[in-house]
Amino acid sequence: MFELAIHASDVTVFGSQTLVTATPLALAAFGGVMCERSGVTNIALEGIMLTGAFVGYAVAFASHNLWLGVAAAIMAGVLIASIHAILSISFLVDQIVSGTVINILAVGITGVFYRTFLETQQVQGPGTLPVWSIPVLSQIPIAGPILFQNAFVTYAMLVLIGVVHFTVFHTTWGLRTRACGEHPRAAETAGINVHFVRYLNVLASGALAGLGGAYFSLQQIGEFLPGMTGGRGFIGLAAMIFGRWTPGGAFLASLLFTASDQVASRATAAGIHIPPQFLGMLPYLLTIVVVAGAVGRSIAPAAVGKPYRKA
Amino acid sequence: MTAALELRGIVKTFGELRANDGVDLAVEWGRVHALLGENGAGKSTLMNVVYGLTTPDSGEIVFDGRPVVIHGPQDAIRLGIGMVHQHFMLIPPLTVAENIILGQEITSPPGVIDLETAGRQVSELSQRYGLEVPPRARIESLSVGVQQRVEILKALYRGARLLILDEPTAVLTPQEIKGLFEIIRNLVAEGNAVIFITHKLGEVMEVADAITVMRRGKVVDHTTPQQSTPADLARMMVGRPVLLRVEKKPAHPGDVRLEVKGLVVHDDRKQVAVDGVDLDVRSGEIVGIAGVEGNGQNELVEAISGLRPAVSGQVLIGGRDVTRRSAKSRLHSGLSVIPPDRHRQGVILELPIADNLVLEDFDQPPFARWILRNLRAVFDYAAALIKQFDIRAAGPAEPTGSLSGGNQQKVVVARELGTNPEVLVAAQPTRGVDVGSIEFIHRQIVDQRDKGLAVLLVSSELDEVLSLSDRVAVVYRGRVVAILEGEEIDRDRIGLLMAGGAAA
Ligand SMILES: Nc1ncnc2c1ncn2[C@@H]1O[C@H](COP(=O)(O)OP(=O)(O)O)[C@@H](O)[C@H]1O
Ligand SMILES: [Mg+2]
Repeated sequence: MFELAIHASDVTVFGSQTLVTATPLALAAFGGVMCERSGVTNIALEGIMLTGAFVGYAVAFASHNLWLGVAAAIMAGVLIASIHAILSISFLVDQIVSGTVINILAVGITGVFYRTFLETQQVQGPGTLPVWSIPVLSQIPIAGPILFQNAFVTYAMLVLIGVVHFTVFHTTWGLRTRACGEHPRAAETAGINVHFVRYLNVLASGALAGLGGAYFSLQQIGEFLPGMTGGRGFIGLAAMIFGRWTPGGAFLASLLFTASDQVASRATAAGIHIPPQFLGMLPYLLTIVVVAGAVGRSIAPAAVGKPYRKA
Repeated sequence: MTAALELRGIVKTFGELRANDGVDLAVEWGRVHALLGENGAGKSTLMNVVYGLTTPDSGEIVFDGRPVVIHGPQDAIRLGIGMVHQHFMLIPPLTVAENIILGQEITSPPGVIDLETAGRQVSELSQRYGLEVPPRARIESLSVGVQQRVEILKALYRGARLLILDEPTAVLTPQEIKGLFEIIRNLVAEGNAVIFITHKLGEVMEVADAITVMRRGKVVDHTTPQQSTPADLARMMVGRPVLLRVEKKPAHPGDVRLEVKGLVVHDDRKQVAVDGVDLDVRSGEIVGIAGVEGNGQNELVEAISGLRPAVSGQVLIGGRDVTRRSAKSRLHSGLSVIPPDRHRQGVILELPIADNLVLEDFDQPPFARWILRNLRAVFDYAAALIKQFDIRAAGPAEPTGSLSGGNQQKVVVARELGTNPEVLVAAQPTRGVDVGSIEFIHRQIVDQRDKGLAVLLVSSELDEVLSLSDRVAVVYRGRVVAILEGEEIDRDRIGLLMAGGAAA
């Protein structure tokens, strides 16, 4: 009986950490889904998250209000994403180039501001977002604490699985978005403003990734560190591909990736040494397998990555 | 009675090119108005102006008696103008109903798509106009004929009263064309107007009430089918009398040069595209492949060229089995190929004509020694071919992309025939080419046949297959369903076979 109890709480900790660490991956992946479904590749998600993490922290620090920080992270994501939108949609800049520019810019700017303003501060930081236990539901054995004892960004991510899915597959906006990502000229002949649809989706991806950024600085550790997103934006993109451009799939893929991290750290603790580089490779390896078509046909939107020029 | 559409002095230029050069056009309600012209005459450009896809440099548009400015397709749709494009504007992974309602979605509550109701409305609309479509099927699973019906429904759903059909018959079987004409007649009987774009004379004579002929961006004449003969129309289109038939002597076939045995080939989606084809082509004959596009012709051509692996079966050139050989080694064993899509496979537009003419042996003597190219030999050879094949260009160094479509195609033909091959596979050899160049290319192919070349001709233009071929193989769903010869080569019979009808 005693043994079983330990076992159950182990599962809960494992599940809970898997879900919590999957939060930013999934949010970046949802951003990728919106963006790519409309036909714009967004490798800038990494840079957008990092900017969100920084601005969110800076605003929370200055205002002593974590919620203002979260809102600022989202706004910062939208703002940075608008650079990507302007460059790649209006000025027809190659989307990979534009995304790379933003990634480099984000590392540079957040690094500089961090060293200038934050590194030397002795004052107490804003702390972390509170964990909310949902009454009754959080008492369910095993699943309860995993799903219903979380902080804001994780709850938001869980709700957004459904919201993004519904938007993409059941609304007018979603239909138009998919049309623009598959065959923009056909969308235009149907009377749709392709550039407008793409703009809004890129901005939405910025909001989602910005919120993902808030996870790092305001939910996980309550502090900003340079480069703290550590490539999670790219893994989010891998999750989007692995999840076949659907929010549900991307969420499950994110869980798979973070679960493997948990396995690795537990294995290490138990004395079995798996080189961390191996598990770090896993998301990319799995993605290559998917993209190579080993798991059925890859279904990237047909026009993704191609700037659309009106005739 | 007010005209449905009146265009006055429409000008549209692309750089130096005047694609529309002061075009006037008047289309009446209740009429089928044919817009006839060669490839490149400016027909699609003019209709893109009407549909708001391009902005004209100058000119006026009057719709139903009112002057209008059309900024984009939304404006055109609002006025009641619908357009079915030459290349369909459908989104392959979406369903029929989704494609039809796109942009004017049926929602409940607002913003949320109501596919239930949408499907019902699509069914009602399709019954009303006799255009049967499956509302829940994905576009990518439908044949082109059905896709075209979806396009027409899409326009009608948006309340189109003026329907523009840009080369609607290019992808249809003769039977499907008859069906389309019936739909067109029903639409105009209800008082709508239809603009029917084509370069096929027979269709104009059959379906049009009024005809406008365009050439090089200008309207050259207005007429009616009663007032003109096909020969008149051809002359107006081209600007000089044209031979509507290719003159050729009876064939004298020799030994088998190209042999295909039990060939099975997959398409990109790993579906069987060529399903056990047996064919042989003899020296001195032209064997034509007739079939609706997408019945395995492209895969067959690629398998013979060595660009696509054979799943089973054999390809023999001059008696040698080349099934496992590379494309390059096949070219060197006497095969020449005119690929179906010249921009994707035929020429490199950025390169000079000379380089395109030696694309297949630029690394062989006399064009190269060891790792060095011999440009003098290349240019001399190119100059000779340019003369022989009447390629209208400033010189061998001119970039191929600056030539007209017809002259680009002549570059491909010159390269492929210039090596004196034993076997020529000519896929869509005159697609998107002006009438003058068509005549020239046909003449070259027939002349080479007379000198002993074995020709496999693949074309979606039935007229081309009928006028050039000594024998005709009809393909349907990847199989050769009949091989016809001499008197058996009959338009209606082939049309029936192309549509999957049993051999008569
Ligand atoms: N977007 C474009 N840019 C440059 N040239 C174009 C463009 N669209 C059409 N053209 C050129 O304009 C001419 C008329 O083309 P088009 O209207 O498509 O002819 P048609 O439909 O009669 O075959 C052609 O020479 C074509 O190459
Ligand atoms: Mg055209």
